[in-house]
Amino acid sequence: MNIRIFGGRVVDPANQIDQIADVYISEGKITAIGEAPAGFEADQEIDASHQVVAPGLVDMSAHMREPGQTQKGTILSESAAAAAGGVTSLVTPPNNKPITDTAAVAKLIGEKAEQAGYARIYPVGALTRGLEGEQLAPMHALAQSGCIAFSNMRQPINSSLVLMRTLEYAATHDLLVIFQPQDADLAKGGCMRDGANCTRLGLNGISEAAETVEVSRCLLLAEQTGVRAHFGQLSTEKAVRMVMEARQKGLNVSADVPVHHLILTDENVNGFDSNFHLIPPLGSQLDRAGLRQALMADGIQAICSDHQPHEAIAKEAPFAATEPGISGLETLLSLSLTLVHQGLLELPQLLHKLTAGPAQVLGIEAGTLSQGATADICIFDPEMSWQPTAENLRTAGKNTPFTEVTLTGRVTNTLLGGKLVYQL
Amino acid sequence: MFELKDHNQIQLNSEGQLKHFLTTEGLSRELLTEILDTADSFVDMSAQQVKKVPLLRGKTVVNLFFEASTRTLSTFELAAKRLSADVLNLNISTSSTSKGETLKDTLMTLHAMHSDMFVVRHSDSGAAHFIAEHVTPDVAIINAGDGRHAHPTQAMLDMLTIRRHKGAFEPLKVAIVGDILHSRVARSQIHALKTLGVDEVRLIAPKTLLPHSVDMLGVKVFTDMSEGLKDVDVVMMLRLQKERMNSALLPSESEFYKLYGLSNDKLAYAKPDAVVMHPGPINRGVEIESAVADGPRSLILNQVTNGIAVRMAVMSMAMSGQMTEKPQPAAAEI
Amino acid sequence: MTTGQLSVENLLDKMSADLRELLQQRQIDNPLLIGIRTGGVWLAERLHQQLEIAEPLGILDISFYRDDFTQVGLNPKVQPSQLQSTTEDRHIVLVDDVIMSGRTIRAALNELFDYGRPASVTLVTLLDLERRELPIQADVTGVTLSLNPDQCVKLAGPEPLELIIRQRS
Repeated sequence: MNIRIFGGRVVDPANQIDQIADVYISEGKITAIGEAPAGFEADQEIDASHQVVAPGLVDMSAHMREPGQTQKGTILSESAAAAAGGVTSLVTPPNNKPITDTAAVAKLIGEKAEQAGYARIYPVGALTRGLEGEQLAPMHALAQSGCIAFSNMRQPINSSLVLMRTLEYAATHDLLVIFQPQDADLAKGGCMRDGANCTRLGLNGISEAAETVEVSRCLLLAEQTGVRAHFGQLSTEKAVRMVMEARQKGLNVSADVPVHHLILTDENVNGFDSNFHLIPPLGSQLDRAGLRQALMADGIQAICSDHQPHEAIAKEAPFAATEPGISGLETLLSLSLTLVHQGLLELPQLLHKLTAGPAQVLGIEAGTLSQGATADICIFDPEMSWQPTAENLRTAGKNTPFTEVTLTGRVTNTLLGGKLVYQL
Repeated sequence: MFELKDHNQIQLNSEGQLKHFLTTEGLSRELLTEILDTADSFVDMSAQQVKKVPLLRGKTVVNLFFEASTRTLSTFELAAKRLSADVLNLNISTSSTSKGETLKDTLMTLHAMHSDMFVVRHSDSGAAHFIAEHVTPDVAIINAGDGRHAHPTQAMLDMLTIRRHKGAFEPLKVAIVGDILHSRVARSQIHALKTLGVDEVRLIAPKTLLPHSVDMLGVKVFTDMSEGLKDVDVVMMLRLQKERMNSALLPSESEFYKLYGLSNDKLAYAKPDAVVMHPGPINRGVEIESAVADGPRSLILNQVTNGIAVRMAVMSMAMSGQMTEKPQPAAAEI
Repeated sequence: MTTGQLSVENLLDKMSADLRELLQQRQIDNPLLIGIRTGGVWLAERLHQQLEIAEPLGILDISFYRDDFTQVGLNPKVQPSQLQSTTEDRHIVLVDDVIMSGRTIRAALNELFDYGRPASVTLVTLLDLERRELPIQADVTGVTLSLNPDQCVKLAGPEPLELIIRQRS
C-alpha cells in the first residue's frame, strides 16, 4: 500500500530534519521524504497541512495492566489509548499478575499486543523472582521471549550483594537494567513529597532522600559491574544531577522523567485531590525547575507518560488510601508541548526526548523517519485546543486531573507500520 | 496550568457562613471570632439550671467515629443533646474493614438514613474533606480529627480558653511543645493562633518530632525548652504516644521528660502569669509533672468545659449555614 | 427621618395602673416580673419600681428559642437569661416592648416552660402593632399602632426611654 502524507512540517530529530515536506510510504516502510520516488502512486493520501509529522512516540513506561489487572485496563484498551496518543512503541513494566518473571508471561504480552495491533509493546522483565529481591529471575530466557530490559521496580532489593549479582548477571548478557530508585524504608507509608505542603496536609511524607540514596547505591554498583543502566521516572533535581554527572564521567547510564513531574508540583495535592497521588511523588517547585533545566541541558534522555490507568474506586477514598498514578498516554504529547509553548525547548529538541532519545536507550529501531525505517508515524496539530473527557479518552482508566482542562496540541493520525491505527 | 483553588473554602456557603467545620486553616479572623463569641454564650448557659436549647430540635446528628475515642465522642454527644438534637453513635473500627472502600460504601448507607450532620473522626488525613465532597449538599460535616491533618474543635476550645483567661490575642507569645510531627491538634492550633493574630507562635520539640519545613507556617522553632519558653504567656503541651519510643523517634520516655517535659522548673522560664494547657488525656511524668497539671496555672479542666460549648457553637453555626445555603443559579448557556 | 414621638412616660403610667388593677382582679399578690431583652427589660425595670416589687427582676434572652434560626443564623452576641428564682408555680408578669407577629412571645413562653411550670403568665407590652401571625394577645397594652408598610418603630433607652417612628426613605 502506498501512502503519501503531504503538506506537513516534518520533524525527525534523529536525522535533523525540520522542514515542510511530503512523506512517502510503501509496504509499511518510509521510502522518501520530500521528492516522490519514481513511479510512486499513492493509494492513500493524508493531509498534514498546518500539522507536524513526527516519528511515532516511544514511551519508556506505560502500564498495560494485563495479565491480571484487567479491571484497570487491558492490552487492547491501553494500546488503543497509546495509538490515540501518538505512541507507537511502549515499554510495559513487569508488575502484572503474574509478574513478568517467566517466559510464558512475556510471550503472552507479545501475543496480545500483536492481536490488538495498535502499538508495539515491549515488556520489561523482573530482575528478581517475584520481584522479591532475593533470587535472580531467568533473564536470558525472558530476553529471548521479548523482554527488552529488566527491573525490580520499586520493590526493594535489601541486600546490596544480591543487587550487585543481578547487575553482574544482566551485564553478562548485555541486558539493559531499568532502576526505579526508591529506598523502601525511607518511602514507607508515604504518599507525597515531604515538605511544607505535606506538613500542612498532615500526610505521611516521602523524603527526597528515598530517591537519592537509592540512586547513589545503583550508580556505584552500575559503575562497578559495567551494566547498561537506565534510571526510570526520576522526580528530584538532586537525583537527576547525580545521573548527569555520572554520564559526564563516561558511565553508560541514562534517565527519563514522567511528563507530569515537568508540569505539576506538590502544591497540586492541596485539597487532598487523589488525582495528584503519584509515586514517585510530585516534587517541589525546585525539583520541577531542576528537572526542566536538566531536560534542556540534555541530562535527561526521555520523557515518558508513566501511564497508570485505574478503576474509579481506586481513586475514591481519602488521599493515602487511594492508589497512585495518572492515566497519561493520551495527554503525553499535549503536556510535553507546553514546554515548547512556554519557550523552554524547541520542538525538535522536545520530540527527540519522545522519539529517538528513548529508542536509543532501549536499543530499538524506532523513533526515526529514516529511509527504510518502519513507518511508525505520529501526525499532530500543535495548535489544536481540546479537553480530555471520560468520553473522548480511549483508555479504560479515566484517572487524570486533566479532564476539563484545555490543552493545546492533539494527535490527529497515527500509523503503525504504514497502517492507520488512529485518526481523530 | 491549574488555578490552585483554596480547598478549605468548601467549608463556607455562598454568604461566607460556616456550613462544614473541617479545619481552622483558611477561615477568616472574623469567622473564628464569631465561633468564639457563640461558644462564649454557650459556656455561660452551661452554668445555668436549664442547659438545653432547642436549636437543633428535630435534627439528627450522627457521630461517625472510625477511630476509637471515648472523650471526644462523649463531648460531641453531650453538645448535640444540649442542642436538643437526636444523636446516633456509630463506632466503626478500621481494623476489620478495608479502608477507603468502606468509607464510600458507608456514606451510601448513611445517605438512606437522612441525617442532618455527621461528626467524623478518621485515621486518614483528608477524610473529613473527602466526606464533605461526597455527601448530599444539605448534610453538615464536623471534623472530630482526621489523621494528622486537623482537629479544629480542639484548637477552637483552646483559643476560647486562652481568650477567657488572657483577653486579647495580640500581645501573646504561645508555645506548643511535644510531638508536633504526628499532631493534628498542633496544626489546627497553629492556623488558629496565626489567624487570630498572636504575637508569636513557637514550637518546641526534638528534630525527630518536627515536620519538614514547619517554619513555613510562620512559626519559630526551638529544640531547647529553656530557650523556647522564655517570656511565653501560654504553654500548650501535646500528648506523646507510647509507640513513638518504638519507631526510632525517641530514645526513652525519661529522656523526653528531662528535655521536653513541663515541670515547675521549666515553667519558671515562662512569664510568671503564664498558663498551661493540654488537650488530654495527660501522660503524667512524660509530658507534664503532676504538680503542674494539677497546679494553679493549669487550665486543663477549663478546656474540657469549654469543649462542650465550642462544639455546640460549631454545630449550630454549621447547621444554620447548611440551611441558609442558597442554591446556585444554573450556568448560562453560551 | 423622625415623623412622630409618643411619650413613653405617660404610657408607662397607664400601664402600671392597668397592671395593678389586673393583678388585683386575679388575686396575684406575689408576681415574678420578667423582662425580655433588651427593650422589655428597660420597661420591666420601670414597672418594677412603680409597683414596688421586692423580688429582683428576671431577664429573658430568647435568641436560642427563635423559630427563624435556620433562616437568619445564630446571633453570636447572646447573653444568658438571668432568672434568680424558679418559675415553677409562680405567677409571671412578662414584659416586652413591642408585640407584632407574636413569635417573640411564643419563644419566650417556650423558654419559661423549660425553666418550670408557671401558675400563670400575664403579658404586658408597650406597643401592639397588630400584625399577628400567631394567636397571642397581651393582657396590658400601652398603645396600639397601625404603621404604614414603609414605617418602623423602635424603643430607645435606657435613659431616656423614647419611642421613635422612622420612615424608611
